[in-house]
Amino acid sequence: MASGHPRASGDAQHDRAGAEPHGPNDFVQLLDPDGERVEHPDYSVDFTDDEYRELYHDLVVVRKLDAEATALQRQGELGIWASLLGQEAAQVGSGRALRPQDMAFPTYREHGVLYCRGIDPIMPLSLFRGVDQGAWDSVAYKFNMYTIVIGAQTLHATGYAMGIALDGRIGGGNGSGNGDEAVIAYFGDGASSQGDVNEAFVFASVFHAPIVFFCQNNQYAISEPLDRQTRVPLYRRAAGFGFPGVRVDGNDVLASYAVTRSALDSARHGQGPTLIEAYTYRMGAHTTSDDPTRYRIASEVESWQAKDPILRMRRFLDKQGIAGEDYFAEVDAEAAREAVHLRERVLSMPDPDPLSIFDHVYPNGSPLVDRERAQYAEYLASFAGEAH
Amino acid sequence: METLTIGKALNTGLRRALEDDPKVLIMGEDVGKLGGVFRITDGLQKDFGEDRVIDTPLAESGIIGTAIGLALRGYRPVCEIQFDGFVYPAYDQIVSQVAKFHYRSQGKVRLPIVIRIPFGGGIGAVEHHSESPEAYFAHTAGLKVVSCASPNDAYWMIQQSIASDDPIIFLEPKRRYWEKGQVDVDGAPEPLHSSRVIRPGSHATVAAYGPMVRTALDAATAVAEDGRELEVIDLRSLSPLDLDPVFESVRRTGRLVVVHEAPSNVGLGAEIAARVTEQCFYSLEAPVLRVTGFNVPYPAARAEEEYLPDLDRVLDAVDRSMGW
Repeated sequence: MASGHPRASGDAQHDRAGAEPHGPNDFVQLLDPDGERVEHPDYSVDFTDDEYRELYHDLVVVRKLDAEATALQRQGELGIWASLLGQEAAQVGSGRALRPQDMAFPTYREHGVLYCRGIDPIMPLSLFRGVDQGAWDSVAYKFNMYTIVIGAQTLHATGYAMGIALDGRIGGGNGSGNGDEAVIAYFGDGASSQGDVNEAFVFASVFHAPIVFFCQNNQYAISEPLDRQTRVPLYRRAAGFGFPGVRVDGNDVLASYAVTRSALDSARHGQGPTLIEAYTYRMGAHTTSDDPTRYRIASEVESWQAKDPILRMRRFLDKQGIAGEDYFAEVDAEAAREAVHLRERVLSMPDPDPLSIFDHVYPNGSPLVDRERAQYAEYLASFAGEAH
Repeated sequence: METLTIGKALNTGLRRALEDDPKVLIMGEDVGKLGGVFRITDGLQKDFGEDRVIDTPLAESGIIGTAIGLALRGYRPVCEIQFDGFVYPAYDQIVSQVAKFHYRSQGKVRLPIVIRIPFGGGIGAVEHHSESPEAYFAHTAGLKVVSCASPNDAYWMIQQSIASDDPIIFLEPKRRYWEKGQVDVDGAPEPLHSSRVIRPGSHATVAAYGPMVRTALDAATAVAEDGRELEVIDLRSLSPLDLDPVFESVRRTGRLVVVHEAPSNVGLGAEIAARVTEQCFYSLEAPVLRVTGFNVPYPAARAEEEYLPDLDRVLDAVDRSMGW
C-alpha cells in the first residue's frame, strides 16, 4: 500500500508492519530455522539436555493433539476447532516461562499454553464439542478460562495484575521476593486493534502493573492480513504507552521462552509491563469453518513451512547430539498414544443434562431461574413414557 | 435514626462497606479527590487511600474489565460509571464477561462486582446524561439490577449489593440525590431483592422504582384529596423482579399502573404487565397501564419535562384505569 504519511523515526525498513524480520536487529532469535544456535546480546537460555528434550516433546505433543482435534471436528465430533498449527513454539516457550505462581489469560487458541499449565487437554475439546464452556478451575491452574470476545481478557489480566500489586506481591514486597507474581495476557494481531487492548495498555502502564502482553502475531485476523491492523510493527506500539516492547521469533521456542521469562521477571520485580510481539504464522485456518485459500497464496504458506518451529528444534537436538532418531520416534509414539486417548475420551463425553442449563446463573440463585427450571422439568416429565 | 440525603446515605453506606471489608475497592472516573461528579464518594479517598478509592483512566470498558481481574484476585470492586449514557463503552464487558463468568465456570468463579450508575433525567443536562438503561441489563441473565428510591434504601442496598457475590447493576436516582429522609443505621434491612408496599391503598396499585417512586407517592397524595387511595409499590429490585407483592396488591385493587422513565417499548413495564396478566387475570378490572418516557431519544433539556412522566400523567393513567 502506498503511503503518503510521515513515518515515526527509525529505520524505514523496521517501520513497516509487514516487513519480514530477518536478523538480530529485527527480532530476538536464539535458534534459526536450520537449528543453529544464535547468540543475542540481551537474551539467552541455559537448559540442560533433558530440558531441551522436554521442550521438543511438548511441541510435538501439542501439535499432535491439535491435529487430532482438527480430525475430530472433520468427523463431526467437535462443533468447531481453532487450530494452533504453526504457533507451538510461541505457546510452549511462553507457557514454560511462567512460574507456578504466575497467572495466564488466554484467548481461545492457547491450547499449547494450557498444556504447559498442566491442564487436561480434554478441557478445550469439551468447549469446542459444546458440552460445556471450558470450565476448568482457573484459580487452581492459574490459567483463566478461554475468552472468545477478542481482546476482552487483556483487561481482566490487567486488573488481576493490579490486584497483585495491591497485595504487595511484587518487587519483594512480601519479604524475600520469593513468590512474587506476574500475569501474562495472550492476544493476537487482530486484537491489537480493539479498544479493550489499548485500554489494557493504558491501565497497565499508569498503574505500573506486573503484566506481560504476549501478542502472537500470526499475520492474519481470519482473512485480514496484518497491514489492515497496523502500519507499524506491533511491538513498537508499547512505546506510546510508556513501556518496553520487544519482538521475538515466535517460531523459536528458545527465544520465546527467554524473552517471556525475562519480561515476567521484570514485571514481578516491580518494573511494570512489557509487550512481546511473537512473530509467527498461523499455518492452518482461523478455525475449521474458515477457508484460507480464499485470501492467501500457497507459496506464502510454503515459505513459513521452512521456518517450522518443531523442525528447527529437531535439527538443533540432532546437531548437538542431544537427541537422535530413537528419541524422536519415541516422542512421536507417545504423542500418538495421547491423541488416541484424547479421541476415546471425546467420543465418550456425555451431553449435558437438559436441566443443567439452569445451573450457576447466579452465585445466590434467582427465583426467576428456579421457576423456569421447575416448569421445564415438569414439561420434560410430561413426555415420560411416550414412545420416541 | 439519622436524617440524610440519598447522596449522603450512599456515601455513608460506601464508607461502612470500606470499613467492614478490606477487599472492597471503589474505582471510577473522578471518584478520588473530587469525590465523584455527584460527590457520592466524597472524602473516601482521603480516609481510605488511593489504593482503595482508585481514580481510573477515562475508559469505561477498562474500568469494568479491570474490575473483573481484581475480582478474580479476591477483591470486591465497586465501579462508578459517571453517567448512564457512558455505560455503553463498558457494555460488552458487563454483558459478555461480568454476567457470564460464573455460568461459564460452572460456579467456580464469582465476580462480586457492583456497578453504580446515576440514572434518569430531570437535571437539565446535555445529551447522554439522562438515560434509563435498566432494561438492557435486566434482560441479561447473570446480572442483577436494583434501584434505590429513599435514603434508607440507599444506605442499606449499596451495602447489601457490595456484600452480595452476585454482579449487581446499582441504579441511583440522580435527580433525587438531594432528597432527605430518615435512615435507620442500626436497623435490619429488607432483603435486597424484594419489592415493598410503601403506601397502602385499595383503589388502584401504582408500581415504580428509582426516581419515579417520588412521583408515584406524590400522585397518591394528590388523589387522596379526592378520596381515592392508591397503593404504591417500590419495586427496588428490577432483576429479579419481586412481583408477589404486586400480584397480591392487584388481586385487591384490580388495577395497576406501572411508571418508569425509560421508554415503554420492551421495557420493565411490559414485563410486569405480562406477568400480572398471567397471575391476576381474573382479578383485573382494567388492562395494566404504563406511564413512561416516550419512544424517542432522550430530548434536549428544555423539553425533558414533556418526556418525563409526572404527577399529571400518572393521575391521567389512574383515571383511565378507574374509568375502564
